[in-house]
Amino acid sequence: MNKDLIDIRELSREEIDELVDVAEDIMLHPEKYAEKCKGRKLATLFYEPSTRTRLSFESAMYELGGSVIGFSDAGSSSAAKGESVADTARTVECFADIIAMRHPKEGAPYVAANSVSIPVINAGDGGHNHPTQTLTDLLTIHKEKGRFEDLVIGCCGDLKFGRTVHSLIAAMSRYDNVKFVLISPEELKVPENVKTDILEKNGVDFVETKSLEGAMPNLDILYMTRVQRERFFNEADYVRLKDTYILTPKKLQNAKYDLSILHPLPRVNEISVDVDKDPRASYFRQVRNGKYIRMALMMKLMGVD
Amino acid sequence: MIIGTIVDGIVIDHIPAGRGMELYHYLGLEKLQCEVAIIKNATSEKYGRKDIIKVGEVIQLDLDALGFIDPHITVNIIKNGEKVDKIHPKLPERLTGIIRCKNPRCISSIEQELPHVFRLTDRENAVYRCIYCDTKAEIPEIL
Repeated sequence: MNKDLIDIRELSREEIDELVDVAEDIMLHPEKYAEKCKGRKLATLFYEPSTRTRLSFESAMYELGGSVIGFSDAGSSSAAKGESVADTARTVECFADIIAMRHPKEGAPYVAANSVSIPVINAGDGGHNHPTQTLTDLLTIHKEKGRFEDLVIGCCGDLKFGRTVHSLIAAMSRYDNVKFVLISPEELKVPENVKTDILEKNGVDFVETKSLEGAMPNLDILYMTRVQRERFFNEADYVRLKDTYILTPKKLQNAKYDLSILHPLPRVNEISVDVDKDPRASYFRQVRNGKYIRMALMMKLMGVD
Repeated sequence: MIIGTIVDGIVIDHIPAGRGMELYHYLGLEKLQCEVAIIKNATSEKYGRKDIIKVGEVIQLDLDALGFIDPHITVNIIKNGEKVDKIHPKLPERLTGIIRCKNPRCISSIEQELPHVFRLTDRENAVYRCIYCDTKAEIPEIL
């Protein structure tokens, strides 16, 4: 395994399986892990706002018995004085054992990783990569379904710009008998290169459709994403389409009883709050899972058994 | 048109037609004191038209850049009027400082000291991607 985690594609299927196994063991036996990182420090270098990811990393380190330093916006760091990412990382290396970095510019965590000898985790670099979100999604799928194979996964909403969808497709395409139903308006279909370089290359079955309700009965997983107003060329198209991709209890009437509904969050209005009470709504459990997979990941990268 | 033969030097052949001058400047050939000839739109059996550069002494060339501009380019080394070597520059695994990333969201767009590095991700289709942001390199454009 690499020293760092910058891109989910760096992890083999076996490495992902191992991280998922460890995360599930942490859930069952948290006491075994309570002091695994005692005396170690995580530095959270967040150059832009984040709620879930930063708090998830910090909780993960506290639950491993370690401590946390860092900043949560660029204005309170030396970046405001023009310090480079590499220099900030080298400085932080003097104080911490591992870094989690979020940055609005693509590739910033890669630069940091190449500047220091301690592990660096990409906690989101612009619209580029967010590998721990994908690990969170994978753990949630495994936890909810008990397997990665033999699943029909519906991805709904903005499949064009949604980086989490592309990463999920790449990660799940490695498993046997996984099928994708790609549900989106014409304007927000999955990019051609995702279809050719990932789905077709791996011989993965997929269909594209505009109808969420039509696709619903076949799905084991429904991965919802937000359809953003700014992605449309004109307001009329947005208004015409936006409700089509809002998940409501009515649209779930034909769904399987054991469907799992995932969402990377934050949600705006694409899942009605009335769905939250449905046991199939997995998205807040998904947030919790994010902490466990980050615990497993940090232990692995720091070489903690 | 007849251009004199070289006794000792190099011939950069099969340059895509119209790019000879660009390459001349990129390789810094204008700084040389020896004879240098640029032949534009020469007839090529294989490619129709091509550019050729003849340099009157043996110099070190950036073969990575030549391979990236066009892998069909060849470099002939001439000594005592004889061709002693013919080099086919290959697509290099990495390109450093040859092209710039055009993605305004890339970290290299704001940190000036970072080298612009691209890695070869698809040899068959000569696709290079930025090591920072994975943006695909556009048509070769020399720095």
